[in-house]
This record gives sequence, C-alpha cells and structure tokens, in this order.
Amino acid sequence: MSILTFIIVSVIKTALVLFVLLTAVAYTVWLERKVVGHMQNRWGPTRVGPFGLLQPAADGIKFLFKEDLTPPHVFKPLYIAAPMIAVIFAVTSIAVIPFGNWFRVGNFATPFQITDVNIGLLVVLGITSLGVYGVALSGWSSNSKYSLLGGLRASAQMISYEIALGLSLVGVLILAGTFSLRGIVEAQSGHFWGFIPNWFIFRGGQFVAFFIYLTAAYAETNRIPFDLPEAETELVAGYHTEYSAMKFAMFFMAEYANMVTVACLASLLFLGGWSGPHNFGPEWLRELLPLFWFALRIFGFLFVYIWVRGTLPRFRYDQLMAFGWKFLLPLAIANLVVTAVVVVLR
Amino acid sequence: MLHLILFSVFGLVCVAGAVNLLLQRHPINSALSLVVVMGSLAVEFLLLGAEFVAAIQVIVYAGAVMVLFVFVIMLLNAGEEEQTRGSRVAWLLGIPAVLASMIIVCWALITHSNVGSVAIGALPGHPADIAQLLFHQFLLPFEVTSILVLIAIMGAVVLAARSETVERSKREG
Repeated sequence: MSILTFIIVSVIKTALVLFVLLTAVAYTVWLERKVVGHMQNRWGPTRVGPFGLLQPAADGIKFLFKEDLTPPHVFKPLYIAAPMIAVIFAVTSIAVIPFGNWFRVGNFATPFQITDVNIGLLVVLGITSLGVYGVALSGWSSNSKYSLLGGLRASAQMISYEIALGLSLVGVLILAGTFSLRGIVEAQSGHFWGFIPNWFIFRGGQFVAFFIYLTAAYAETNRIPFDLPEAETELVAGYHTEYSAMKFAMFFMAEYANMVTVACLASLLFLGGWSGPHNFGPEWLRELLPLFWFALRIFGFLFVYIWVRGTLPRFRYDQLMAFGWKFLLPLAIANLVVTAVVVVLR
Repeated sequence: MLHLILFSVFGLVCVAGAVNLLLQRHPINSALSLVVVMGSLAVEFLLLGAEFVAAIQVIVYAGAVMVLFVFVIMLLNAGEEEQTRGSRVAWLLGIPAVLASMIIVCWALITHSNVGSVAIGALPGHPADIAQLLFHQFLLPFEVTSILVLIAIMGAVVLAARSETVERSKREG
C-alpha cells in the first residue's frame, strides 16, 4: 500500500469510527433515559421524534446554545483544559480497538480497525489511565468544595480500582500470549467439546476475572454503584458542579465514551470479540456480519450498565475502598496465580 | 528522518517540561509539567523501538504515580511557593558550571566510549524479550527489588501507624 493510500484510508477510517463512536455515545444516553424510565414505570423521552429518538440531537443543540458560565474564582487554564483532557483521552483509546475481520474490495484489503499495534491492550490501559486527570483537575481548578471532594474521590477510586482491573486482565494475557487485541481475539476462535465457543470467559477460571474486570471497570467509569465522585445527594454534582453548557457535555461524552471502550474491551478479551455465525449469505454479508456480532455484544454490555444503574444503590465511601483493596485485589491476585499454575501444568 | 525529527522535538518538549517544572510556582503546575516530562519520555522510548517500556512508562508514571502526586497536592491544598531570587553566586557560577560539566560529560561519553550509534528499532523491545531478561537473566535482582519495595511499603505503614499511636498515648497519658 502506498503512503498516499495509507493516509487516505486512515483518515476515512478515523472519521468513520469517530462518527460511529459519538453517535453511539449520544444514543447510549437516549437508551439510558429510556430504559431507566421504563424500569421506574415512566416513559422516558417521548416528545422529540418517534420514541424520542431525536432527543440526543435536541440535547446537543441545547448544550451548544446554553450560556457558558465561568465562575469567578476558578483557576482558568486548568478549568478550561480539564473537560478537553477528559474527552480527548476517552475518545482516543478507540484507535486501537478492532471491530471485525478484514474489509476487502477487489485487491484492496484493510482491517476493521484504525491501527493494529502489538501492545494494543497496554495502549488502551495507558490512555484510559490518563483520563483521570480530567476529573481530578476539574475538581481542583473549580475552586469549590464539592468539586474538590469529587475530584479527590475520583482520583483515589480510579487509582485503587485500576490495580484490580489490570491484574484481572493478566490472566487473559497469559492464556493468549499476546498484547495485540486482534491476536487476543484470534486466540479465542474455535470451539471446545464441539459446541462451547473458545472464549476466555469459559477457560481457565477467567469467569472470575471477567467479573473482577466488570466491577473494576464500573468503578473506573464512575458509574453506579461506584459513582461517588458525582454523588448528587452529598456533592451537588461532584467534580463537574461548576461546569455548564458544552464543557459539562464534554464530561458527559467522556463518561459514555469510556463506557463504550469498557464494553469493547470486555467483548474482545472475554467474549471472543466479533465471533459468531458469519459463513453464510453473499460476500458483503460475510464481511459485515462480524461487525454486527461485535455491536450486539457492546449493546449487551451497555444495557447491563444501565440495568445496574436502575437496580443498585450507591456504596458508602469506606465500603468502596474496602471492597476494592480487601476483596477485589486479593481475588484478582488469586485468579492470576491459579491461571498461571493451570497454564504451566498444561 | 521523520523519526529523528520527532525524537528531537520530543526531547526538547521533555527538557522544556523539566525546566518548567522548576520555574512554576504552583505545585499543581509543577506536577503537570512532570506529567509532560513522563509523557515525552514515553514517546522517546516508543521512537527507540521499546514500545513495551513506553506503555509501562505511561501507565505507571503518568497514569498512577503522578496522579498520586496530584492527589496529595489537592488533599493538602498546597499554596503557591514563595521564591527568593537566589544567590548571585548561583547565577554567575552555578548555572554555567552545570552547563559546562554537562557538555564535558556528554562529549566524553560520545567520543571516549565504544557505545556507537544504532538504528532505530534495531534492538529488541518486544514484551517477550523483556520478560526473558527479567525472569531468566536478572531473576535474582528482580525478586530482590520486589522484596525491597515490600519492605518500603511496610516501613511506610509502620511510620503512618506510629504517629497515630503516639498521639493516642499522648491524649490518654
């Protein structure tokens, strides 16, 4: 592939992925309002468009035209930079995530992925670990007690749960033997005992790792039951109390983009990525079906996120810390040891 | 060529971040400059072909250690640092002396050692190679380091716990 085609293809892919990601973010908000509404015996958004489907667009326009207030006592450079940091790191991590096999037209072939790097998983972890600066700095620079407490909680919580999250993934890495996300998905192809898919969630005790990952990831994305940084009953709105209009929307987008990333990683690492029946129908269908199976898994994870939100109450802060350090972390280490022993003995 | 340009640019960013770290008067700004230093160091590692080290640099230093720094600064609500203008001797002798000795050391290292230059990406930086080094060739130092870290953590816990018990005994006694 010549350098010019490479650049053109990369730009097109990036634009496409960004468009899909941001649309997914907007419609996850819609889905959340709708599903939580029905869980609480309400309708959720119904007025704008059929089933309230145009609600995200209306929200976007509202955010754009709202007055952008800057409170007088904030530390301005960081106050303005913080939401950008949050949203940039949340969106960037999608760059290494593969969505499907290969896209082929004639002689031209390109993977359904912006770029495949051999340390893909580490790239995602690194970028998302930088996202905490957005939250922490917004809390500090707002110069407000609620924001500061929210920012402090967020950084403590993210540091604590990041360890359990990272350790829960090591088991998968031992089984797959590669950091490349595409490689990890390929290591899960096929079936064992004839019918059970070869997904890591079914192998070598990774079932435990899957739940450690999901729990820690909920804490990392500040979602209920771990949404202490923005606990509205105690902290008004936590770290984004002093933000309005588009700056507030950026935090919102970052949170939902992070949820999508978590869902992508969970499907890639534990549920076989885009595997599913795709060997039927015409050629174009065979290429696009993996995308559908992958999107289906992501939808499932996002639904569970919302389901948990509609079901569970919030943790108390000491419970949150005790759960992370005294239960989740030892469990993750035990899981790692067991997986390593299983792999060595095999 | 592009590698060389990027390498120089990020080297400059790294040094600029380090200088800014010293010049800034607010601890948060200093900490953020250090984040920039860590980030650009990671890019340098990446350009040298050590992608695993680069990723670990970002995850551990920029993503965890520096977040703790920022956390502590936020928690203590540290204010702006008061600076004196420094002694005249330091300006007249200290800084030129540091620059001169740095240049001499660099010159000596470049000319009088047989390090030579290497093409970018020529040396192994793959995770498997690093694992091979850590868990075969340098297994003993690696394990000893882990015990050292453990001792350091226990020391921190003991120190933190002792001040509390001392306070309690003061209150009671």
